[in-house]
This record gives sequence, C-alpha cells and structure tokens, in this order.
Amino acid sequence: MDFFSQIINGLGIGSIYALVALGYSMVYGIVQLINFAHGDIIMVGAYVVFVILIMMNLPLWLAVLGSILFCGLIGVVIERVAYHRLLVRDAPRISLLITAIGVSIFLQNLFQLLFGSDAKSMPKMFSFSPLQIGELQITSSTVLNILVSVVMMAGLQLMVSKMKIGKAMRATSEDAGAAKLMGINTNTTIAFTFGIGSALASAGAVLYCNTYPQIKPIMGGLLGLKAFVAAVLGGIGSIPGAMLGGYLLGVAESLTNAYISSNLTDAVVFGILIIVLLVKPAGLLGKNTREKV
Amino acid sequence: MMKKRLLAAVLAAVMLSASATGCAQGGGNTDSAAAGSAAAAGETIKIGGLAPLTGNVSVYGIATNNGVKLAVDKINKAGGVLGKQIEYISYDEKGDAIEAVNAYNKLVQDDKVVALVGDVTSKPTIAVAQKAVKDGLPMITATGTAADITKAGDNIFRACFIDPFQGELMAAYAAQKLGAKTAAIIYDNGDDYSTGVANAFEAAAKEAGMTITNKEAYQSGSVDFKSQLTKIKAGNPDVVMVPVYYSDVALIAVQAKDIGLSAKLLGADGWDGVLEKIDKSNLDAVKDCYFCSQYSAESSDPDLQAFLKTYKESYGADANMFAVLGYDAMGMMAAAIEKAGSTDSDKIVEALKGIEYKGLTGNTTFDENRNPVREAVITTIADGKYKFVENFKK
Repeated sequence: MDFFSQIINGLGIGSIYALVALGYSMVYGIVQLINFAHGDIIMVGAYVVFVILIMMNLPLWLAVLGSILFCGLIGVVIERVAYHRLLVRDAPRISLLITAIGVSIFLQNLFQLLFGSDAKSMPKMFSFSPLQIGELQITSSTVLNILVSVVMMAGLQLMVSKMKIGKAMRATSEDAGAAKLMGINTNTTIAFTFGIGSALASAGAVLYCNTYPQIKPIMGGLLGLKAFVAAVLGGIGSIPGAMLGGYLLGVAESLTNAYISSNLTDAVVFGILIIVLLVKPAGLLGKNTREKV
Repeated sequence: MMKKRLLAAVLAAVMLSASATGCAQGGGNTDSAAAGSAAAAGETIKIGGLAPLTGNVSVYGIATNNGVKLAVDKINKAGGVLGKQIEYISYDEKGDAIEAVNAYNKLVQDDKVVALVGDVTSKPTIAVAQKAVKDGLPMITATGTAADITKAGDNIFRACFIDPFQGELMAAYAAQKLGAKTAAIIYDNGDDYSTGVANAFEAAAKEAGMTITNKEAYQSGSVDFKSQLTKIKAGNPDVVMVPVYYSDVALIAVQAKDIGLSAKLLGADGWDGVLEKIDKSNLDAVKDCYFCSQYSAESSDPDLQAFLKTYKESYGADANMFAVLGYDAMGMMAAAIEKAGSTDSDKIVEALKGIEYKGLTGNTTFDENRNPVREAVITTIADGKYKFVENFKK
C-alpha cells in the first residue's frame, strides 16, 4: 500500500513536470531550440497568480485565466524580442541557446527586483476532500494535477492532429522552407507555439502553487531543468513522450526518496538524462531522425 | 561633542588617579583599591563590548548592542555594581574576525576592561575567545551558538542555547508533557543547524524511552516532501520533529496535512516567523504544533514586557531575540562581578560558573561547558497567532 502511495506521490509531481515538458517539447519540435527560459515562465505565471489573487484580491478563476493569458502573451513577446531575429537569419542554434539562458537570468532578476528575493506564501486554491480508494488515500492536489495534465495533453494532441493551426505546426516542424512555399505563415505559427507552450507552463504554475504554497523568483530553475530531462526522456518533440517522461521522472524521484536516499534524488534525475543520451538519444517515444549535415 | 570630551577628560583623570593610588599602595590587591579612594572619586567598572554595528550582519550586532546598553542603563540607575557605575565600551568589528581581534586588543590594552560581553556571530567570537583564554578575561557571548566557542577555555560563557540543546529539550518535552511514545524526524541534511538539532533529538528521545519510527532527510531547496511524509505516516508516530527554518516548515506542514498525517509537529527556534510564510487558508496545518525558543514576546513576565516597551521607546523598533539575549548577557556579567565582590578575573569567572541568574529569558545556570541551562519557552500556534504555552526545563 505504501508503495502505491509513493507511486501516486510521484505522479502528482510528475504531472507538473509533464506540463512544463510539453512546452520544451513543442518549441524544440518546431525550431530545434531548447528554451531554457521556459522554467522561468512558470515562475512568472506563479507571480501573476500572486498579484491577482493576493495583492488585488480578485477571485481565483480570474487569477488562473489572467495567468494563462499573460504567460501566453509573454511567450509570444519573448519569441518576438529575443529569438525572432536570430530565427529568421538562421543563426546557429548555439546563439539561440545563449539567448535563452540570458532571458532566464533576466526574468529571475527582474522578479527579484519587483517582488524581493524572499518566498511568498500562497493560499490553498482548490480544496475538495481527498480521494479514497480502499486504503489508498490520494490528496486533492495530486488528483487535480493528474487530471489537469491529462486533459491538457489530450487537448494539445487533438489540436496538433486535427486543427488547421496544428497542421501548420507539423508542416513547419517538418520543413519550414517548404511550409512557407505552401502558403503557411511560419512566423505566426512559431509565435503561436511559444504562446501555447508558455500558457501550458502557467497551468503548471497554478498546479505548483496549489501543491507547494510558496513561490520565489528562483523557483523555475531546477523545475525547468527537471522538466527538460523529462522531455528528453520521453522523446523531445513528442507530446505523449513529454507526458510519459514527466510521469516517469516524478515516480523515479519519489521512489528514490522513499527507498534509496533523499541525497540521491537529483543524482538519479540527471543520471537518467545521461543514460537516455547514451542509450536512446531520441528518447522513449521520439522518432530517430538523422541530423542533416 | 562637548559632553563627550568632558567625559573623556574626567575619565582620563579618574584613570590617572586610580593608577596613582595603585602605585602608591605598592600594587596592593585590587579589592582594597576599589573599596578605598576610588569609589569616592566615582570610579567606574569597565566592561568591554564587541558587535558588528556595520556590515553584512549589522542587524544582529545593533540589536545585541542595544540590548546590552539598556541593561547597563538599568544597572547603573539601580546603583551600579559594587557601588560603582558600569562603563560599557563597545567597538564595531564589522562582522570580521580580524577586526574583532584588533578591537579586543584595544579593549584590553588601552581601555583595561575587566570583562567582555561579546562577540555576536560565531566566527569572530571564536577568534576573540581564543585571545580571551590567554588573557584569562571573563567573556560571555550573547548569541554565538557554535559549540566551539565555549570549548576554547574555562572563562568563556554564553547566554544563548546551543543548537543541540533545543533537540534534547524538545525530546524531553514530547516525552514528559505530550506523552509521546513514538516520534519521527524530518530534517534538512544540508544544514548544520537542522542536522544538529535532529541528531540531538533522536538521541535524547531514545534515552527518554521513545521509539523513533522514521528519520527522513531531504536536500536543501526541496519543495516536495510527500515521499518522506508518506513513510512517516506509515510509521504512525505520536509526534514529528521538524527542526528546520520557517520557510520549509510552511511547506512541510501543509503537505503533512495534505496526506493526512495527524501527528503533532514539533520544532525549534527556526520556526519563529512561520506565520508570515503560511497563508491564512493553510493555517490549520500548523495547529497543535509545539516549538521552543529563547523567549516569547507573548510571555506575561512583567520584566520582559517592560524591556520590550523601553526598547521600543529608546530605539523606535521592536526588540528581537538578539536584543533580549544581549540584555541578559550583560545582566549575568554584572551579577557575577557583584557576587565576586571584586573585579579580579579569576573571581568573576568562578562567580559566573556558580551563578543563578533570573533574566528575561528565564532562570539561568551554567553547565560544565559553560552553556546556559534554563527553561525554554514553549510556543504553539492557535487562531493564527503564536501562543505562549509554558516555560520548560528538561
């Protein structure tokens, strides 16, 4: 019974990794950029919730909606300001990576300046009684995390496979030049992808605040890094892969804490990254495409 | 400015006359010199002070120094020590060990202090303690918690609890007052304070006949404690010791309640401040918890309330733990000099060892390592406020 509880704990935190990993995966899929500023978008989302809910004292639904919209917008703005010129000039990927790290440092420092570096407490946002299955008790936050992440993933998968914008995304990721020739506005598509990825991160932020009621400007760093490992584990570029990677990583962490040693949690996480890169670089569900030389 | 100069001139004159009498008597013992002509001339007892008044840790130094000064004022108004006024000479050491040693040399060589109240933070305090041991100067630090400080020598004392003491105290409290038979611990194994308190709690709890069901560690900076708490819940302990700082306490308490862990949470003085880090909607997570600290502003002790009021009036800020400990440290030193009946170093040290001092933080005696033994204040949280429970001595 204890073992199942630990698995459930892992799925709870894994859901948050998964939501963040989706953003990494989508952006990588479309422009081959590992957007290291993505973790800090979660932090931005969390602070937007804090501002609307606590400082302005407005209702929760408005805070959630505001956070998702704001982060989506910030995603687009970051793409336009920081990455767009590099992308259209076909700059080397390393320049994009360095820019992404710069954006990350900028966001962290900006929020330290605005809100101070100490942690802010968050209220309990969604409270309902825990789920009881036999002896197994699942906390409300874990239920919510798993539910929201699955719904988000399904919605995203549906959008990518069925909707017009999804088709445009797939075409752009396949071959941006050819997509442009076929009349697809690749610039809009790329900006849209950034927006969607960031909006998902903000959904992750809401779940994070509800589960761990404390936010600080540097909270996105390690969370983003772990979500990146999740994306690589599942197969970067694949939507179900990001989810699977997130869940597996969460469970691995939880089981390490419970049965091996809490000292080794981060070692296990990054050990997984090394093993995946050595054994199956494309990840569990990724396509094995050869790099064009 | 004029006043200061005048004071300096008077003091210089006093010093000259004192040394003159000393010479005239051919180096007779200090007692008779003090009791004789000097008292009539208004001689003072010089006690040195060291504190970081500027720099990174000045917050601690200023509060401690302010507390010491209020103690000196109070003692002097009540007639001083051995019929003489205390003169408190303090220097800013900027939180730096080298500055502290230089300032110490100045206090001993130029100012000829008979005792030292200081230093404030652990590192410079250790450096100064090593010097004070060589000189045999009685020294008491108000707030240096590092165990090594009093190990330096027989004449070094401290007014604050060392970290492990709080673990032992809470283990005794859990066994005697809460009737706990089983306990679990969750602590940050990247932090000296947390590990120190946790280990002491574990040992003392076992000694008191309690069973430790789980001892779970986490890495500094973690936010998810559910795995550890789930294991603790499976062990079904009566109490869970959480010897960590308030930010982590807020996260651990909320998650413990989330997974349905119903054991009482215990803590140490790192809990102070937890109410500011926990939202109203999560307050029931810290309900029924118990933590110990050096003093409680909610205590009904009239002396403490008077001190808090005077402090606020004098400095325009609320007194904190450092100010209270500074006040008590000076009080203990003055009481020891009074008890020794002399300003002779060895006699003061002997007097301090056997002292029983009633201060703002309770009744203090010193153990064999010259660490304070006294009641700690047990605090709980109810209705979103800290509530004073009782004073407790293990």
